Amino acid sequence: MAQATTQETAVRTNVIVRAIIYAVLILFAVYYLLPLYVMLVNSVKPLDEIRQGNMMSLPTIFTLDPWRSAWSTAQIGVQPTGLKPYFINSVLMVIPAVAISALLGALNGYVLTKWKFRGDGVVFGLLLFACFIPFQIVLIPMARILGLLGLAGSTPGLVLVHVVYGLGFTTLFFRNYYDAFPTELIRAAQIDGAGFFRIFWRILLPSSGPIIVVTVIWQFTNIWNDFLFGASFADFDSQPMTIALNNLVSSSTGVKEYNVHFAGAILAALPTLIVYIVSGRYFVRGLMAGAVKG
Amino acid sequence: MAFLEISNLQKRFGTVDVLKGINLAVEEGGFLVLVGPSGCGKSTLLNTIAGLESITSGEIRINGRTVNNLHPSQRDIAMVFQSYALYPNMSVGQNIAFGMEMRGVPKAERDKAVAGVAKTLQISHLLDRKPSQLSGGQRQRVAMGRALVRDPQVFLFDEPLSNLDAKLRVDMRTEIKRLHQSMKTTIVYVTHDQIEAMTLATQIAVLKDGILQQFGTPHEIYNNPANVFVADFMGSPAMNLIPARIEANGGGVAVVLNREGTEPLQLKVANNAKLSAHAGRDVIFGLRPEAITDLSGADRTSAKVVNADCHVEVVEPAGADTYVVTRLGGREVIGRMRSDMQVAPHSTVPFAFNMDKAVYFDPKSELRIA
Repeated sequence: MAQATTQETAVRTNVIVRAIIYAVLILFAVYYLLPLYVMLVNSVKPLDEIRQGNMMSLPTIFTLDPWRSAWSTAQIGVQPTGLKPYFINSVLMVIPAVAISALLGALNGYVLTKWKFRGDGVVFGLLLFACFIPFQIVLIPMARILGLLGLAGSTPGLVLVHVVYGLGFTTLFFRNYYDAFPTELIRAAQIDGAGFFRIFWRILLPSSGPIIVVTVIWQFTNIWNDFLFGASFADFDSQPMTIALNNLVSSSTGVKEYNVHFAGAILAALPTLIVYIVSGRYFVRGLMAGAVKG
Repeated sequence: MAFLEISNLQKRFGTVDVLKGINLAVEEGGFLVLVGPSGCGKSTLLNTIAGLESITSGEIRINGRTVNNLHPSQRDIAMVFQSYALYPNMSVGQNIAFGMEMRGVPKAERDKAVAGVAKTLQISHLLDRKPSQLSGGQRQRVAMGRALVRDPQVFLFDEPLSNLDAKLRVDMRTEIKRLHQSMKTTIVYVTHDQIEAMTLATQIAVLKDGILQQFGTPHEIYNNPANVFVADFMGSPAMNLIPARIEANGGGVAVVLNREGTEPLQLKVANNAKLSAHAGRDVIFGLRPEAITDLSGADRTSAKVVNADCHVEVVEPAGADTYVVTRLGGREVIGRMRSDMQVAPHSTVPFAFNMDKAVYFDPKSELRIA
């Protein structure tokens, strides 16, 4: 009998503990989602409604005009172009920058783990160093180099900058992943007659799904959200989304259109959100795969 | 000239000598097993034959052709790895065909070759599966298929059975032997399992610390070990190695083994010139468990069986045999008796020592003296 009661107590305590845990989790979720709620709600209200001062309430009049305005007609700096051209600038910058840095990182990881050479540890250490260099330090030398290469103020220039500064991280990711990749597979492929690049394309890359996802998410969010390099190295016609958003929000003429600003901010954050939602599962899986086993 | 020749092969990693001048020669169709404890350099030796490791000095010849500086793919060899090393992103069929694909063999020909090999190894029904969907034994077969399809001059096996469970290991061992008998291709096989070495090899090379200890047929290695290491390493249970003294005894000599609590055991040996030279000196006396038996189990063809009563310490019935442990020269000595022998621990029973099989080593140099 005594045993049965202890068991019942245990079950009851378990339920209570569970309830507390869920309550805390819900509280934190609300806390984190509140800003998003405020942005969403206010981006579909007419400006008058926001001016009345009730940020938290749902819209009485629902309108998508702020979104349309933010996308195509809002005043960015001096031009009433909306965020659209800058969004395109960002896409044109992010896609090649992510692809090139991921590919080079994979190649680096492949060489550093499977084609070891004298001093490979030093090379890896130096590459890792790139992860710790504050970006502000390199602004002036980078500007000089972009000038020398004739890439100053262009999208290819920004791609180059992001590839160079992404390489440390992408190399780190791929090196650690390939370190756990069995070397016997490489040897088997060598005996089968596959060369350096064939082994890379046919054996290694097809087995790198999880780490490619991790690298793409990491690089995509970092490059898409970058403000410093965009502000420093882009010309007016190559400015990325983040700069345009700043110009939209801090434009000094006319009324502050908060609803348009909210819509614009959501537009700017949307691609990274989508990347996370689509591949978030693989993100965790990839991190685990790298951490525990190959 | 031998088919696979290795002469004075040296391999150095930095300042560490891994292989210190290896000389080996295998005839065409031979089955060479490289055996030794871990870290003895046997896998490194195999990798240098494969071309996966460069060599510091020496020469490797396959069928008269020096392959020292050839790429692994150009040495006409095929290798089966310990972890099987199947490409995880390819199906079984693609795995087997990959080498041919790299050599530009047309698709139709590849498919035909894959089908043939799959039939030999009974894996035809697995060709569309991924390696992750296979059991250990099936992966092993696929790995062998990948090697077989190449039809090379030399097969290299790197501990291919060590990842299998005990029963499957014995089955696959038989299968490898059968394949070798039907194909008659030269094989070099690395293992740390001396039973695999004994059962498979036509020639065994025993390595330790990068030095070739002995190279010979399984029979030679087992019955005429060159030194204490080989004697101890080959055979299970291991050979009894007992400190002893040689003394002149009448016309011949006797091996004298100290015993606790009773007078020393004297085992007479018919006149033996080599041994007589060591009269009055200490030696290490080696005798395998199967040469220490009960009286009726003694080898009748041997002329030199010596009977003696010994005190039994432990009895270990092993089904087919009963292992009986006694103590001689301060060492545990294992004898192998018939399974139906009734031996009680702490009793004194007669043992038969087959002195035909006895070997003698110098206690200092550990080299064979007789």
